[in-house]
Amino acid sequence: MNTENSTPQFAICILEEQTQLTLTDLCRACAVHDEQIIALVDVGVLEPQGREPDRWRFGGASLHRARRALRLQHDLDIDFAGAALALELLEEIDTLRARLRAMGGPY
Amino acid sequence: MEFKDYYKTLGVARDATQDEIKRSYRKLARKYHPDVSKEADAEARFKELGEAYEVLKDAEKRAAYDQLGTNYKGGQDFRPPPDWNAGFEFSGGGPGGGDGAEFSDFFSSLFGRDFRTGGPGRAQSRAKGEDHHAKVLIDLEDTYHGATRTITLRVPAVDAQGRVITKERVLNVTIPRGIREGQHIRLSGQGSAGRGEGSAGDLYLQVEFRTHPIYRVEGRDLYLDLPVTPWEAALGATVKVPTLGGIVELKIPEGSASGRKMRLKGRGIPGDPPGDCYAILTIALPPADTRAAKELYQKMKDEFIFNPRAKLGV
Repeated sequence: MNTENSTPQFAICILEEQTQLTLTDLCRACAVHDEQIIALVDVGVLEPQGREPDRWRFGGASLHRARRALRLQHDLDIDFAGAALALELLEEIDTLRARLRAMGGPY
Repeated sequence: MEFKDYYKTLGVARDATQDEIKRSYRKLARKYHPDVSKEADAEARFKELGEAYEVLKDAEKRAAYDQLGTNYKGGQDFRPPPDWNAGFEFSGGGPGGGDGAEFSDFFSSLFGRDFRTGGPGRAQSRAKGEDHHAKVLIDLEDTYHGATRTITLRVPAVDAQGRVITKERVLNVTIPRGIREGQHIRLSGQGSAGRGEGSAGDLYLQVEFRTHPIYRVEGRDLYLDLPVTPWEAALGATVKVPTLGGIVELKIPEGSASGRKMRLKGRGIPGDPPGDCYAILTIALPPADTRAAKELYQKMKDEFIFNPRAKLGV
């Protein structure tokens, strides 16, 4: 196996806090076409600022949401509305599990 | 290489109809989807399901797979027959080329490497390189103090002979102070190289915390159980509490009950505003393992008129 070393000569940022993404950024990071991101905006999974798609600005947290929703939609063969519902329920479970953990629960 | 029994993976009979295969796949996919399931091997199971379904949902591939005969059992050593797939034309592309690293060698030997489950879908080729995604496990202390961590990524690459190999890539990553669980570190230009003049893609690292022996985390807040003695809780006391920034003193008010939540403001994960650290009081009883201790408990029994179960009506 080959090993390649890199020195840390690159910009680092916390995606969720210091980043705004355009539609093009999001499409590339999710490896999908515009239509799929627009469909996620239509069902309310993503809520960009700005009116027109070419002026949309997405918060960094959109990337994780979009990738998760797209995986659910694609892998479970469900529509975008179904993926949106699944995503909301999964996020609620995540929140409850985190709260249980904070209380010393099993998760 | 091992023979894979795709019918067994999907839990269907060899003569199952296409509808039965689809139903079984969908049911199992929901169960083992890595975004849904908490089972440790969910990701591996889901990949196996995807591979099995890729073959059995497609009449051509299923017919070809069935031709291997019923002599093989799952896990048995397998080599494709020399005239394998003569007469079959797979609509998804032929053997050879591509980088179908997501499917098993067994699958690749039969159907080539050009098939992919594809994730959410493939974008058209663009000049900028692909973005990559990975997870990084860090300690809570790393986000409090900031740190540099060496992480090793395994990335598929193509060697001079055009074969798909796995390369190890070592990166020194600065963990930004105050990063929270579930957040992502973006490393610009550390994804795949671009095509032509195109710039390289980015690398996204999703942060997870190692389970901490003392603290539990919710957002930026930390929680810890703080054992106190019955007399500290009853009479009040100043006790030492470990925080990520060092030991601090905490005043326990007199008459504190077990479960009381004491806030150490700004002692959680750094940020604007920083999180808090909560100490949850738990009353620890000294053991009655000496004569003197037993006498003390006996004295308490005699002196106190106290029914802790009064609210239960007993």
